[in-house]
Amino acid sequence: MLPDTLLRTGRIWNVEQSFLLGHLIPFRVTTAIEIRSLSRVFSGRKETLALDDINLTVEEGELFGLLGPNGAGKTTLIKILSTLLLPSNGTAHVLGHDVYSDANSIRKRINMVSGGEISGYGLLTIRENLWMFTQFYGVPRVVAKKRIDNLLDIFGLQDKADAKLRTVSTGQRQKMNIIRGFATDPELIFLDEPTLGLDVSTSIDIRNYLREWISECSSRTMMLTTHYMKEAEELCDRVAIIDRGRIVAIDTPAGLKRRVGRGSSFLIEATPFNPESIQSIPGVRAFVARPSEDHMHLRMILDDESVIADIISEIVSSGAQVTSLNKNEPTLEDAFMHLVGRGLV
Amino acid sequence: MAIKDHLRTLKISAWLGWQIESNWARPSLFLLYSFIRPIAATLILVIMYLIVKQNVASEPALFSYMYLGATFYMFVSSVVFGITYVIHTDREHYQTLRNIYISPISLYVYLIGRAAGKVALATLAVIISLIFGIVVLGLPFNLLMVDWILFVPTMALGMACLISLGLALAGISLLTAKHSTSINEGVGGLVYLLCGAVFPITVLPAWGQAIGLTIPITYWLELIRRSLYPGEGIELLGGLQDFTDGTIMIFLLISTLIFTMLSLTMFHYADRIARKKGKLDMITTY
Repeated sequence: MLPDTLLRTGRIWNVEQSFLLGHLIPFRVTTAIEIRSLSRVFSGRKETLALDDINLTVEEGELFGLLGPNGAGKTTLIKILSTLLLPSNGTAHVLGHDVYSDANSIRKRINMVSGGEISGYGLLTIRENLWMFTQFYGVPRVVAKKRIDNLLDIFGLQDKADAKLRTVSTGQRQKMNIIRGFATDPELIFLDEPTLGLDVSTSIDIRNYLREWISECSSRTMMLTTHYMKEAEELCDRVAIIDRGRIVAIDTPAGLKRRVGRGSSFLIEATPFNPESIQSIPGVRAFVARPSEDHMHLRMILDDESVIADIISEIVSSGAQVTSLNKNEPTLEDAFMHLVGRGLV
Repeated sequence: MAIKDHLRTLKISAWLGWQIESNWARPSLFLLYSFIRPIAATLILVIMYLIVKQNVASEPALFSYMYLGATFYMFVSSVVFGITYVIHTDREHYQTLRNIYISPISLYVYLIGRAAGKVALATLAVIISLIFGIVVLGLPFNLLMVDWILFVPTMALGMACLISLGLALAGISLLTAKHSTSINEGVGGLVYLLCGAVFPITVLPAWGQAIGLTIPITYWLELIRRSLYPGEGIELLGGLQDFTDGTIMIFLLISTLIFTMLSLTMFHYADRIARKKGKLDMITTY
């Protein structure tokens, strides 16, 4: 049972860590998100288990990533934590408050942005849309104005600030929504695929901003969902790999990559062939085939190097030609394949 | 949540509501629309009346009864269905409902604030319609004769009742994205039929009258007519002639209180179900 004073201040001691470390050094770790045995079922004509017995702890100050394919349950989890959806079973505490019974205490301190989000009132200008939401969060007018101007500058939207939202591009609407999330200066922000559909340079700018935002203040926490491996690898302190509603692994990106094992990740390029038979070769742990116009790219995790001979022989026997073979340092994508048994896309 | 937080929400959402209501066209076009719409709406009934009765002067009390009912019914359609439509448009069209829902504001206060814009526009429409009735159609009306002591609390209670009804329907709308428009139209038709908006409830069958008497809008419309036309015989037409103004005011107060409690409970319950079923950010593109 947690002490009332800690619950009231919205800080839960991470009991194990504080017990182990607290006796030796004056170190305190607080928990931003605590999820226990959380499940979510969507009923309808066909019942769907979107989240299945999720257990997860995210510490304050962490940039935590949820990595998984479409339909893995990432958005459902974000919706539950941001108080938009109720869980079917289990508990979730955000900043010390129960999402089920104490949603109002959570809402003051969080915000959420969904990637590809083009929401907003088209009749209002970008500045008016942003200002309105800061007022809903009780941000003082002067502070709100300064913060909005600063964020508009950072995201390159200053020249569109007074344009009606209906007149700007989809990408600019998306940027406005990202600003909306940060303009209220939340303690914890949920970003659901924040760079979805954005061009490369904008995505880089956004990632840079996310890094800067989290490093500015040690009490800020971010939970990010993505299916971009690079994004998770570049940004996240820890990543949970989620597949079919279950968390398969939680670790740092480096830790996840270590699980693959050195010398087991290969990339083969060949002329087009049917890759289905590769899966049945003994020693192939997982593979992803990405066909292009005149080539087939195969990314594989193998039990050991000797399997590669069987794979080449299979490709050649199917009438294709191997044009290149590379042995790679494991990436997060390899880690995903290793843990899930298939590729992300 | 502190009262100042609610007041801030009310102010911002009223501002948003007004922007949405008034900002869709050039000011001149908006002004023109604001004049034409209420007149066009009431003229339909006026023409029907004139076809039957030939002229207004033959039965001025009956004409006033019908004209006032049709005019003040604009509040019902604007406020009640306006609130419901906020849920629909914020969720489906602007896609902002989820952002508003997870913000630290009261959704009730937000919806009431959004209704303020509707109330302002409906008030303008009613005033224009009344002026048109007096000047063009010869609606007998004397501003000095109006019973303001009866009119002001009647309007206040009426607005409370309409906002409550709007919240109840907004709750249903949270759960039924596809059918909110038809529910609005259905409820609107029933209220129009059962509450004596344009004809006395005495023409209804007994069960219809019984239902009409449980709806506060019936008492609200009756008191509006009585307060604007005191002692002109209009009170003899509505089927509530056995009751004094004070008694009807008590009926209005009690039924509004019951309605408000039922509406808040209904909205609260619908909100919980919508959050449970994941309907708050449902986009049906219907």
